[in-house]
Amino acid sequence: MDKNRKVHQFKNPVLNWIEFRLPIISYFKKEYGDYPMPKNCNYFWSFGALATITLVTMIVSGIFLAMNYTPHTDMAFDSVERIMRDVNYGWLMRYIHSNGAAFFFIIVYIHIVRAMYFGSYKYPRELNWILGVFIFLLMMATSFLGYTLPWGQMSYWGATVITNLFSAIPFIGEGLKTWLLGDYNVGNATLNRFFALHYVLPFVIFGVVGLHVAAVHVHGSNNPDGIDIKTNNDSVNFFPYMLIKDTVAMCAFGVAISAVIFFGPNLMAEVDNYIPADPLVTPAHIVPNWYLAPFYAILRAVPDKLGGVLLMFGAIVILFVLPWLDRSKVRSCNYRPIYKWFMMGFFVNFFALGYVGMLPAEGLYLLIARVGLLYYFGFFFIITPFVGWIEKPSKLPLSISDVYAKNIAPNIGGGEKGIPSPAMQKDTNL
Amino acid sequence: MAKKPKNKRRDFLQLSTVTLGAVGTAAFIWPFLKSMSPAEDTLAAGSTEVDISAIEEGQSITIKWRGKPVFIKKRTKEEIDAAKMVQASDLRDPQDDADRVQKEEWLVLVGVCTHLGCVPLGQKVSDMKGEYDGWYCPCHGSHYDTSGRIRKGPAPKNLDVPPYTFLNDNTIKIG
Repeated sequence: MDKNRKVHQFKNPVLNWIEFRLPIISYFKKEYGDYPMPKNCNYFWSFGALATITLVTMIVSGIFLAMNYTPHTDMAFDSVERIMRDVNYGWLMRYIHSNGAAFFFIIVYIHIVRAMYFGSYKYPRELNWILGVFIFLLMMATSFLGYTLPWGQMSYWGATVITNLFSAIPFIGEGLKTWLLGDYNVGNATLNRFFALHYVLPFVIFGVVGLHVAAVHVHGSNNPDGIDIKTNNDSVNFFPYMLIKDTVAMCAFGVAISAVIFFGPNLMAEVDNYIPADPLVTPAHIVPNWYLAPFYAILRAVPDKLGGVLLMFGAIVILFVLPWLDRSKVRSCNYRPIYKWFMMGFFVNFFALGYVGMLPAEGLYLLIARVGLLYYFGFFFIITPFVGWIEKPSKLPLSISDVYAKNIAPNIGGGEKGIPSPAMQKDTNL
Repeated sequence: MAKKPKNKRRDFLQLSTVTLGAVGTAAFIWPFLKSMSPAEDTLAAGSTEVDISAIEEGQSITIKWRGKPVFIKKRTKEEIDAAKMVQASDLRDPQDDADRVQKEEWLVLVGVCTHLGCVPLGQKVSDMKGEYDGWYCPCHGSHYDTSGRIRKGPAPKNLDVPPYTFLNDNTIKIG
């Protein structure tokens, strides 16, 4: 141990006692107190905080649900109904948990849209993006496992369809599926292990979120103009400015989720899941949760079992390499006149895929799914590298405070116009 | 980089220690992985005897065997002829009707779509039976013929035929 280590001094002796033994006080002060946020960050930058709060809410409501839930095929459905009818505030716990999952995905999708549109995935935040995609994957796995637990018809058949995806793998597929299920079809062994994994994965997510936040704090947050912080003039401290802003966002979010929990708790639920699981009868339309529907649409758009499975997983895996497919040095789409429209097209396309993913795979819907599939992969493999190469980005602002000088308070300060700023030179010479 | 001779012994010890550690770790993980495979009682899930005397021609019943639905259908003359007329070589999963039945009026199938595991429709008179008048899977649109063979849609294989024996004219033992 370094005897000459410089220990932070606080006024409070208790804090000093802790700090000397575990420098956690200075860590929190640095990362959540003095942490500089670009002052031009808009409300899109509140969704990371919202996602964290939602994760905690999901873990807490889940723990309390688990106290009354029975993971056995004969009792699971009834135990959920008991939670709804007999357990004190059980209905509230369950509606918070089921709608919280949907809102978690809404928030994370907006968070991803933010990262894509404003180029947050680019140098030097690539690892941060990779950790984020990893969190997204873990979330999808966790929500799928959780959807099985109420043991309704959609639970059972959703689990059947998704686990059968693994049987498409040549040679080892059938064996792998049986190993995952612990049986030859979805049964009690499956329900038991799905419950165990559904309980543990959120804590894994929590750990990766910790890395995700630590990684973004190394180089600081991106911002709508996609340029780096140059001086103290460009940033504000996280506390109190961003904390207060995030709190406002949280209030708005609280109103939105409460409206659904209290006035439309089953809006996003499938009616068939209120029928107990029956291994002998498949519901007429098996639909995934809406937040997984875009990927389900890709699966069904391919008329080949293995091909569909590969493209569906490929649609997620491709996200990992986005930082290397995009050749442009300009981060924010606000300064990318061509790519901006393809990017918005990507969001619309993703939404359309989700829409047809909830409908039967036939006729026009199937056609839309196929066109959407082409655009999805075309966006990553062709549009993103190609546009980055031919596009002439518009002029970046000199600095973050310069954006304010021009747009918001033209009379206060501001940099010289027409001179390339250090920010711009750095961005284009990476 | 060339090592000095006196380091060779140390290198060997390091390498063998790490190797032994890796093998030990793998051996330790194996029971945990294996515990997720089907348990002995699951494997031992037995056989089922079914009385088929009450099944009329053209009728089909569904029974449960090892947690899966099994279709037992007494086929009509037309259905048998339709199944026999098909050239096996034209099929995605080539198989003659004769290889899929023991007695040609009795068709026994595992009622699980080979695509993603849904139960195909076609057991009830009112059900959709698909374009080949056998079974139709509503999940992703696979069509099966009167021999349970895949004819159209995403499923890669014919419906499985479970192991079964006729104990007598009125009883089938499945499994």
